[in-house]
Amino acid sequence: MNKSTDIRTVIAASSAGTVIEWYDFYIFGMLSTVISKKFFPQDNPTAALLNTLAIFAAGFIVRPFGALVFGRLGDRAGRKYTFLLTLLLMGLSTFLIGCIPTYEEIGLAAPVLVLLLRLVQGLALGGEYGGAATYVAEHAPSDKRGLYTSWIQTTATLGLFLALGVILVVKSSMSDSAFLAHWGGWRYPFWISVLLVILSIYIRLKMQESPLFARLKQQGKTSKNPLTESFRHKANFKMVLLALFGAVMGQGVVWYTGQFYAQNFLETKCHINFEQSRTVMLWAIALATPFFIFFGWLSDRIGRKWIMMAGLALAVLTYRPVFSVFLKDADPKNWTGNILNHPDSVKNITAQLPLNAKTEKILSFEKGGRATAILQKTRTQGDAEILLAEFNNKTLPIPVYRKFVGLVFLLILYVTMVYGPIAAFLVEMFPTRIRYTSLSLPYHIGNGIFGGLVPFIGLLLTSTFTNDPLVGLWYPMGVAGLCFVIGSLYLRNKIDPNIKD
Amino acid sequence: MKKFNVFKRYFGLVFLFIAPLIIYELVNGAVQHIRTGGNKDIHNPVVWVIILAIFTPVAIGLVIFGWYAYRGEYDWLPEKSQDLDEP
Repeated sequence: MNKSTDIRTVIAASSAGTVIEWYDFYIFGMLSTVISKKFFPQDNPTAALLNTLAIFAAGFIVRPFGALVFGRLGDRAGRKYTFLLTLLLMGLSTFLIGCIPTYEEIGLAAPVLVLLLRLVQGLALGGEYGGAATYVAEHAPSDKRGLYTSWIQTTATLGLFLALGVILVVKSSMSDSAFLAHWGGWRYPFWISVLLVILSIYIRLKMQESPLFARLKQQGKTSKNPLTESFRHKANFKMVLLALFGAVMGQGVVWYTGQFYAQNFLETKCHINFEQSRTVMLWAIALATPFFIFFGWLSDRIGRKWIMMAGLALAVLTYRPVFSVFLKDADPKNWTGNILNHPDSVKNITAQLPLNAKTEKILSFEKGGRATAILQKTRTQGDAEILLAEFNNKTLPIPVYRKFVGLVFLLILYVTMVYGPIAAFLVEMFPTRIRYTSLSLPYHIGNGIFGGLVPFIGLLLTSTFTNDPLVGLWYPMGVAGLCFVIGSLYLRNKIDPNIKD
Repeated sequence: MKKFNVFKRYFGLVFLFIAPLIIYELVNGAVQHIRTGGNKDIHNPVVWVIILAIFTPVAIGLVIFGWYAYRGEYDWLPEKSQDLDEP
């Protein structure tokens, strides 16, 4: 096998496994509503507590813990076997979640088992990324490190794409009742995972250990205690802190806002229907994903720092304008040919409606677009006045739909700027003997904690400042802004040509 | 360059204040929003315990970062792995 085929196989094997890990982690979150109903009934306080732990503990506590456990293992036993183990754990726990009988069938054992398996998922995810990024970087030539590791950076987004796509296909291929049945379609995405994992494990088994780690091991120079060396030695610990506060925490919030907050916003604030809110994301992800590779490649030429800082700055400056457009353009009152402005239509709708009564009407608009309007007649004298309580289940007109794809593309473009070069950036910060441990922890604190808190802090801000529907954006903007300042002041733009030491 | 390093050092003091402020705001948020019978995540004490437990060490990390910056630890960054070895 020649060198370029060799590196392509390394990238493919590492990336495929990491895509599957992200897919496994996301489907649980995306199917959380049905999972809650099947395993965590809210009228049982113990089950409700277990649900909270499954949602919050898996992301916030277990992921960083997994980074420490598997990081240590990766620096002691090797990259290859560690990220084989994380893939195996993830695949097995995902498949088993799909096999657990519901709360109705086996009682409290169901939520306990789901919680345990979700925690194993979090643990495995915590160990996967550091291994994959390190493994690819340690195979890559110094002038192509950004380019090659950027493939690993596509995996989180491709995993999201795969999860969205599989759920959409399964859901649209059957009735709602078949999808939501005890042993219905919602379980299929969990079962599909096992096929992907077996294939990926087979590919990874054929791979060799990272050459840099293999050399260290041969020379007997591997770290005796990677955790102590990473976090108790000041010289290295200060770099861990710099990586976290100068790059990864900002990347985490931009990543989360562009891919998850945006989708949730389209669905819950703009009330766009299930299918469109997902296809907007799918198109935007498909169009933006090549830019991970582009910015990885660019970072090999002009350095990593300023690409990441530009992504952070653009996010801070444009989040509010972009999300304002979502709110404004999703309002059917702004769509062309609004049927409510048509006197005959208003007459028809209100003719049989008693005063103050509410009714739901599906409205179609002249130039495309449909929405369910909740209408209330408030006055009968003269021209009837109808109060529009709210619109929901909207289908956007094609031009608005395209505009939304473009704007979500822009949000994900920022993700590609901050996320594309970051694997190479992190790899270059730490020495081979403690690289897996040192880069895994800040990465998962940045993504899991700072990123994962976007919806919670958003809800906290929205509940406190009720007049501003965009107030939840101040958290990602604040963290990205702080990270931009720290990164700009304290990081350097120089590419490390030698990561063999 | 020397002036820039002086600025970086004094800027580090900002983080010494930001970190306790973040924890204060989180504790304040917890006190104001934890509510029996509330159905949102911000009403749930378990969620707040998890968030405070995980955010406190992160905030301590930010204090240490600010202190290191103030002490000039980031005036110069390591060029090679040997620079990270303990003396």
